[in-house]
Amino acid sequence: MPKVKVDGVELDVPAGATVLQACELAGKEIPRFCYHERLSIAGNCRMCLVEVKPGPPKPQASCALPAAEGQEIRTDSEMVKKAREGVMEFLLINHPLDCPICDQGGECDLQDQSVAYGRGASRYDENKRAVTEKNMGPIVKTVMTRCIQCTRCVRFAEEVAGVPEIGAIYRGENMQITTYLEHAAKSELSGNVVDLCPVGALTAKPYAFEARPWELKKTHAIDVMDAVGTNIRLDSRGRQVLRAVPRINDDVNEEWASDKTRHNVDGLVRKRLDKPYVRRDGKLVPATWAEAFAAIAAVQHSGSVAAIAGDLLDCETMFAGKALVERLGGTMLEGRQTGLAYDVSSLSSVVFNTPLADLETADVILLVGTNLRWEAPLVNTRLRKAIKKGAKVFGIGPEFDLTYKVEWLGNDAALLGKLPAAVVEAFGKAARPAMIVGGGVLAKDGAHGDTLTLVETLGLVKEGWNGYNVLHFAAARMGGLMLGYATAGGIKAVAAVKPKLLFALGADEVDYAAFTESFKVYVGHHGDKGAHAADVILPGASYAEKAGTYVNLEGRVQRGEKAVFAPGDAREDWSILRALSEVMGATLAFDSFEQLRAEMVKAVPALGVEGLADYGWSIPSLSTGATGELASPIKDFYLTNAICRASPTMQQCSAELVHGVEFAEAAE
Amino acid sequence: MADAPHIPDEAETRARWGNFAWTAENAEQVKTIIARYPAGRQQSAVMPLLDLAQRQVGAETQTQGWLPVPVMEYIGDQLDMPYMRVYEVATFYTMYNLAPVGRYHVQVCGTTPCMLRGSDDVFAACKNKGLVKGATTPDGLFTLTEVECLGACANAPMVQINDDNFEDLTYDSMSAVLETLAAGGQPKIGPQIDRQTSCPEGGPTTLKEMVEGNHDYRGAWA
Repeated sequence: MPKVKVDGVELDVPAGATVLQACELAGKEIPRFCYHERLSIAGNCRMCLVEVKPGPPKPQASCALPAAEGQEIRTDSEMVKKAREGVMEFLLINHPLDCPICDQGGECDLQDQSVAYGRGASRYDENKRAVTEKNMGPIVKTVMTRCIQCTRCVRFAEEVAGVPEIGAIYRGENMQITTYLEHAAKSELSGNVVDLCPVGALTAKPYAFEARPWELKKTHAIDVMDAVGTNIRLDSRGRQVLRAVPRINDDVNEEWASDKTRHNVDGLVRKRLDKPYVRRDGKLVPATWAEAFAAIAAVQHSGSVAAIAGDLLDCETMFAGKALVERLGGTMLEGRQTGLAYDVSSLSSVVFNTPLADLETADVILLVGTNLRWEAPLVNTRLRKAIKKGAKVFGIGPEFDLTYKVEWLGNDAALLGKLPAAVVEAFGKAARPAMIVGGGVLAKDGAHGDTLTLVETLGLVKEGWNGYNVLHFAAARMGGLMLGYATAGGIKAVAAVKPKLLFALGADEVDYAAFTESFKVYVGHHGDKGAHAADVILPGASYAEKAGTYVNLEGRVQRGEKAVFAPGDAREDWSILRALSEVMGATLAFDSFEQLRAEMVKAVPALGVEGLADYGWSIPSLSTGATGELASPIKDFYLTNAICRASPTMQQCSAELVHGVEFAEAAE
Repeated sequence: MADAPHIPDEAETRARWGNFAWTAENAEQVKTIIARYPAGRQQSAVMPLLDLAQRQVGAETQTQGWLPVPVMEYIGDQLDMPYMRVYEVATFYTMYNLAPVGRYHVQVCGTTPCMLRGSDDVFAACKNKGLVKGATTPDGLFTLTEVECLGACANAPMVQINDDNFEDLTYDSMSAVLETLAAGGQPKIGPQIDRQTSCPEGGPTTLKEMVEGNHDYRGAWA
């Protein structure tokens, strides 16, 4: 613990801290461009200059200087002020004065810091340099003349995304940031460079010229594109969500978000269901709420009622759906739309038991039937961190480029029963072993049981450590399982009893051919597969248009707020179900969202406490002995749910990055 | 735009250089080069390998060689290095040519000492012989490049042609050098005036006795 003096105040700093961190601990603000907490240190912008004694009698870059015992650091001296003004003047030499047409305007580090630390005027009257725009793919728009070469994007691509395709070519005044031969950056995390860029050089292409930051309403929400539960902030103006950006939560998403999380929002205003529909003579025709309710109430169900929950639902909607089904005398609830039927007698055997932040400390990891990069990109970044610390990764299943070295053992579920000796030995020596079980395993008979058997063989559970992790990729999954949205036998069993009345709560991945005899009521927000098959459509709210509780893959209960109102006649899902229940003569026992939430917490107390839910730890005895190939269920990362399928940005990403379609650049 | 990377047509380059591989002799050389660096640090060999590849390309095309993209990727694969990192190195250093050059790569220094000592005349000589800055002559013989200081200021003005320096140039001597090269001859390397390397013009000005043999100067100190 070195003792340093910052502006005359003595303090202890942790060993290994830099001078910049010491200054921050002392509460001093140090301006910076290239330094970023989650990236390696570059030390090339020189904005963080401070005066340090002992040392050479000149300002020093605090981000790259280790704090040492007895240092006297000054951040308020005349020398520091002059140094900052000088650096700022140099940075602005080649920076265009185009703030009025720059998307970064209003949230620009360069703007803010030049106001705070600059000298207010430039003495430079030569020509500024200009740099051509670069192609970085469908997400990132470039205006490279604005670039100040902080190289944050280069470091992010290499270190966090694991796609070292961004770099700085040429040198000196000619230095340019670009992707390799200007191909689109093939990363599902590329949108993060937009947030990292301290100037307006890299901005979001879909959000270009949409809004100014100060006219946006900011709402804290939880992302539903995958099961990680990324903490996001929805920026909306009027009734439209214009962008989603990550919030910092070190337990979940650090400060990253996948491209799908960021850019599905343009799907929220397309293909929306904004009025009720009723199927008449085989065609869906617009109707009033009363007509739609009447059509449903007319169904003679005599208790044969079932509900299928979609992947994007909040717990409140699912609870209201469950309550309605139960009031009507039904019991069948299912959330695993694609037909998975794994055992849920112990939730601990189907959850991601290792907290995401702890996954970074794992030392030996076995991936089973998962394409982590597509199923949960932010879990993949955690794994990359573990590997950087020396973790070894084995994989069973189809081979994917996960951006790090994996020792693939083969694509055969039978391997679970007879792991190579080298793997068992590696796990035997591991202090924090982890196994990640993907959706490919849950779809295979016996494979789930096989992986649970390995818990014992590989010693995955130790004191204070549980390395058995099932990876879900539906935001509603863990919440649904806690609320009982699982029927033994899965969706096949539900279809087998041929329910008279079927509530499809935003369920778009179901094979409705199995439910031809049911009267299908679709409560959801997009005109997608579920709505096409429905007999009555009740327009609901998307994740941005309702407050809700979500449980992520590790069982973390999180709450999101409502950012905007649903379009047209659409209503929040719970209020639809509440109103419908009255028409059907089975009035539900809540009149407001607060009452609903209270009811839900009464039924499942764990949903009332934000944070990790405790599922205990018990291993059910399941059938084992799976054989054959495993397959990852995600075929196209960018088109996994109704919202992204409606989003033009996601469609373009899919075409360009997954299917390799080349788009001609617009002539400018 | 002026700052766009000068990469020749990609499809054509890939067709021509896609199956680049080291010659047997160079493959040996590559092993020696990589062995110079400790295990796990093989990426340090990227610069000598790029140079070697450029020379091999030069030998194959009867020019001074350049680095087609597939060749950079070949080296990236060999060193287990992202292509972008190889590309960054190749674009950073002016010694690596990103586009084809002629048989003689004439690099004229135009930095201050050379300029003061008459590099403008050297450029004039080049221009008179049909050389254009940044371009190759139609006969494929000469590529003219203006470069920054090559570290031979004592012999300014100077040019570097291929691996040799030609120093203390004037309009006439530069013309003569180019003529000799065009005729297939080998001009005298080094200073083009009566001078050994960077020693004083017209012979030594100090320690004159040492020219003939070892001389004991100790008596002169007293």
